[in-house]
Amino acid sequence: MRTVRVGLPGRPFLMPGFSPALPAASGIPAPMPVQSAALSGEASLPAAMQAAQVGDAAAYRALLRDCVPVISAMARAKGVQGAALDDVVQDTLLTLHQARATYDPARPFLPWLRAITQRRAVDALRRKGRRPKEVHEPLAYEARADAGPMPGDDLERRERAAILAAAVAHLPEGQREAIEHIALCELSLDETSTLTGRTKGALKVNFHRGLKALRVSLSSRKEGTDV
Amino acid sequence: MSDPATHDRSTQVPSTHDLVEDLAQSLTPVRRLPSPGRRTLIWSGAVLTVGLLLVPMSDVSGLRARLAVPDLHWAALGAILTAIAAALAAFQSSVPGRSAAWSWLPLPPLVLWLGASGLGCLRGWLAPAANLAEPEEMRGCFVFLMGVSLPLSVLLVLMLRRACPLRPNLTAALGGLAAAAAAAALLVPFHPHDATATDLLVHLVAVLIVVGLNGLFGGRLLDRNAGPRGRPVTGSIRKAND
Repeated sequence: MRTVRVGLPGRPFLMPGFSPALPAASGIPAPMPVQSAALSGEASLPAAMQAAQVGDAAAYRALLRDCVPVISAMARAKGVQGAALDDVVQDTLLTLHQARATYDPARPFLPWLRAITQRRAVDALRRKGRRPKEVHEPLAYEARADAGPMPGDDLERRERAAILAAAVAHLPEGQREAIEHIALCELSLDETSTLTGRTKGALKVNFHRGLKALRVSLSSRKEGTDV
Repeated sequence: MSDPATHDRSTQVPSTHDLVEDLAQSLTPVRRLPSPGRRTLIWSGAVLTVGLLLVPMSDVSGLRARLAVPDLHWAALGAILTAIAAALAAFQSSVPGRSAAWSWLPLPPLVLWLGASGLGCLRGWLAPAANLAEPEEMRGCFVFLMGVSLPLSVLLVLMLRRACPLRPNLTAALGGLAAAAAAAALLVPFHPHDATATDLLVHLVAVLIVVGLNGLFGGRLLDRNAGPRGRPVTGSIRKAND
């Protein structure tokens, strides 16, 4: 079972669009809008970077994860769009890694990160030979949906899946089996019954009890964050 | 047991996730770089050491006489200040997030240096008895400037490479200006003649060559962070983007 490591203090980890494998009628409450992860933990970024400078890999991992949406937003502000965003995010992370000795913890972290991101964004725009398009209708431009997923989407999806996995693992044996086979693996009651040797009635009861327990544990976890 | 966390792994390409993991796993402790001011002091100390090593070969009595002349005095001061200011600007520009305005710092001392040197151009007209330069001495000045600028530039580029210059050409050009100005300041004790228009031209050409060469080659040396070449992890990360 994978373990879940929560990042910096205040980092929200239940994001919009959660519950990919659970049925729509599962009863899990709808997620609420969240703030940017890194901005909520901005005060601890210099400390995390300082820890990274002395070789704390866990703090560094959490810091990099928090930086991903921030870098993405900064690159967008520079006019980077579409698939190039992911390249800029990765180039920025690599430059951050190489430049980590230049960071002074006495100074704020975000201007340091912004300088690197903006330079990498400009490099990307130059590489592609593109300049930001002229915008005649700012409102239409702002409202336009992006073609691809956000660079940090896969991180968030994994984190949500890991949280769900941890919650499922804490269920009693019968409920856990029912949730895993019926909800997550999308097997039928007959198939699950054959696999587990339990009756369909018992599986139904366990399934509904499991959903109820998950609803309680996940909503209490969400309330514990500063969403 | 089925692991929901890995349930949908095959349906996505977790390139950024992999990169974060790779970077976290390859993390090693680093020693924080000294501040730009401190690094400027270290480099200035190296320049001073070169100057002290050259003292036995200098013309001290001639130096005293030349420094008594106001414009030569100011030109020497301008060269020294330009070297320090350009080195500080180069070190500042090598740290992400520092203000771009630092790049203008060498401008006032540069104006002082060139202005005071330019005044010397009038010397041949105002004081016909002044000791003017011979072509052979000009060549010596040029060789001295280039010869001293080179090791000082190399030292500066090596120090700048430890940081992360986001505008490598600008940083390298500032470094070139610092090295050329320091070489010009070190030349003062050996300068066998007073400033003239041709002398100023020789100095200017030497400075421009050093700045240009630094901007061109130093910029490439400092640009170790740009593009996929500098990536510490390859393979899956690149493949994931293709």
